[in-house]
Amino acid sequence: MRPRLAVVKFASCDGCQLQLLNAEDELLTLARVVDIAHFPEASRRQRPGPYDVALVEGSITTPADAERLQRLRAESRHLITIGVCATAGGVQALRNWADVEEYKRAVYPHPDWISALATSTPIAAHVKVDFELWGCPVDKDQLLAVLRALLSGTTPGLPTHSVCLTCKQRGLTCLAVAAGTPCLGPVTRTGCGAICPRMGRGCYGCFGPSDQPNLPAFTALLAAQGLTPDEALRRLRGIAGWAPAFRRASEAVAGAEAEKPA
Amino acid sequence: MSGRTRTITVGNLARVEGEGALHLTVENGQVTDLRLEIFEPPRFFEAFLRGREAAEVPDLVARICGICPVAYQMTAVHALERALGIAVDPRLRALRRLFYCGEWLESHALHVHLLAAPDYFGCESVVDLAVRERAAVERGLRLKQTGNAIIRLLGGRSVHPVGACIGGFSRLPAPAELRTLRAALERARDDALACVRWVAGFELPERHAEIEFVALRHDDEYPMNEGRLVSSRGLDCAAEDFEQVIAEHQVLHSTALHARIVGRGHYLVGPLARLNLNVDRLPPLVAAVARDCGRWPNSNTFTSIVARAIEILFAVDEAARLIDAYEPPARPAVAWTPRAGRGVAITEAPRGILYHAFEVGEDGLVRAARIVPPTSQNQAQIEAELRELAPSLLERTRPDATRLCETLIRSYDPCISCASHFLRLEIEQR
Repeated sequence: MRPRLAVVKFASCDGCQLQLLNAEDELLTLARVVDIAHFPEASRRQRPGPYDVALVEGSITTPADAERLQRLRAESRHLITIGVCATAGGVQALRNWADVEEYKRAVYPHPDWISALATSTPIAAHVKVDFELWGCPVDKDQLLAVLRALLSGTTPGLPTHSVCLTCKQRGLTCLAVAAGTPCLGPVTRTGCGAICPRMGRGCYGCFGPSDQPNLPAFTALLAAQGLTPDEALRRLRGIAGWAPAFRRASEAVAGAEAEKPA
Repeated sequence: MSGRTRTITVGNLARVEGEGALHLTVENGQVTDLRLEIFEPPRFFEAFLRGREAAEVPDLVARICGICPVAYQMTAVHALERALGIAVDPRLRALRRLFYCGEWLESHALHVHLLAAPDYFGCESVVDLAVRERAAVERGLRLKQTGNAIIRLLGGRSVHPVGACIGGFSRLPAPAELRTLRAALERARDDALACVRWVAGFELPERHAEIEFVALRHDDEYPMNEGRLVSSRGLDCAAEDFEQVIAEHQVLHSTALHARIVGRGHYLVGPLARLNLNVDRLPPLVAAVARDCGRWPNSNTFTSIVARAIEILFAVDEAARLIDAYEPPARPAVAWTPRAGRGVAITEAPRGILYHAFEVGEDGLVRAARIVPPTSQNQAQIEAELRELAPSLLERTRPDATRLCETLIRSYDPCISCASHFLRLEIEQR
């Protein structure tokens, strides 16, 4: 029997599940080797669990979604998060440092009609996650590699080093060193192929933190490059700002700022 | 039929970007309740953009939509450039148009082949469709791939591209890269022509509704990055007047704000509106093909899929033309310094007009942001059409009625992905 696959969405932009449909050359093959049991964006045929693999996109931002996730976990053998929303809360986790009631008032004429939790949290804050795939969006080839590993019964293994190393491997000139451009490459997980440096701009951390990033050294580097504490804070609080390593670093910057004598 | 209760339920409305619900109740032949429910878990972009640097905005707003990030980036940079008083070199403008062609191509090819076409063959998904129409599906995937390749060239990747910035791009394409793309567009043109012929052969439901179509109109181009805001009922104003002519309001059953034209009501945006209002702006090849496969303007929403196919051909043709006429700009981006100001812009996203307004402070930080996406503008129009359709649904079998409602909703290519949880379709007859 073919393994049963579910693709499930919480608060997100759809971009990570779109990467499955962007696998133009592999899509029809994938549909042959797995039984796509639940993938509403792609098929009208939607079957209930249990599922062998559930790919989960999006973060948890409403009480109803928190409950829906519990049900999904109960009926899924492997639950894999795809993307920074599911893995670290996503860009919408910027609310976690703000007052969500004020946010509701800023966007909606009737804020009281809106149901939203005070925080946007990753899937792993609610249920056990079997594998986390980073990226905003996830890289299509990494996504296929994870599926291949699961289908062949092995553990997915992906590099966890920084974007910096990828730049070196590709022989790219270091923007931070050569041009003094603020770049999150030293502390950001590889997987994108170093596209920002390749496109002539600094990395903005959309794959989340690399394994064991040295953030104190990195924030010192940002200061040495002339960034104000507020500017450094905004760099750290971006797409993956709620990822624990980035979060600790930004809170350290904010804390140091608050302690300064006026 | 009164006294008989019938409920039609579809677990999730499938093959739309995102999830929501439709509730339709018919009592004694009268529609007593109709709600297109959108439970987008709100992500509060307009709130968290405040206090961010103007330069960060293109990367942030891309995350509103994984399917049309270019539309968000382009609208944001145009609005911010107006706020900051930046004038962009026409050669950079041409590259932006090329970038946008990539998104129209990618998004429309996705919708036509993977989301909409299965309905016209009684299939549940593109995988089923590929069994019957293998060549057409493969052709659609190739077109989508070409669209993604255009976005990748200028943006590094197709979902949340990283190349666009205020003032232009972070990097210019190399001549060899443009040549490779140009060669791919030759094949894509044949594919696009075959795609239009294929779609024009679908048996579309007949339908004629009173609809106000709204789109941009440009002096001499098929609209994409700029133009006046016009409608089929005489609306004609500058983008700056958007907030005077369009009013947004909140309804209890949707986290996406509804929109209406002040003093009138709901309206339709998207490929059908664009084509209806701009058929005379198509280049000759595309215009000839458009004439061959339909009457434009027309008021049958189901023909949106044909309009979308015609725009696939347009995007391919326009991308080829832009590459042929390409002259490298002096620099990838115009240099700029922060200043206080307000700027608005409307561009034509694949699904219709997208409005952004930004207020920037002297420090270059965003003070206020307002974003009106196409799908929220179409919500009231979709509800109105379903309301009109509802009485006739009772003459159909349940699966038929359900399929027709879904097909109608899908013809708008709603992008409630940025907008919802799950879409349950219930038609209830009391």
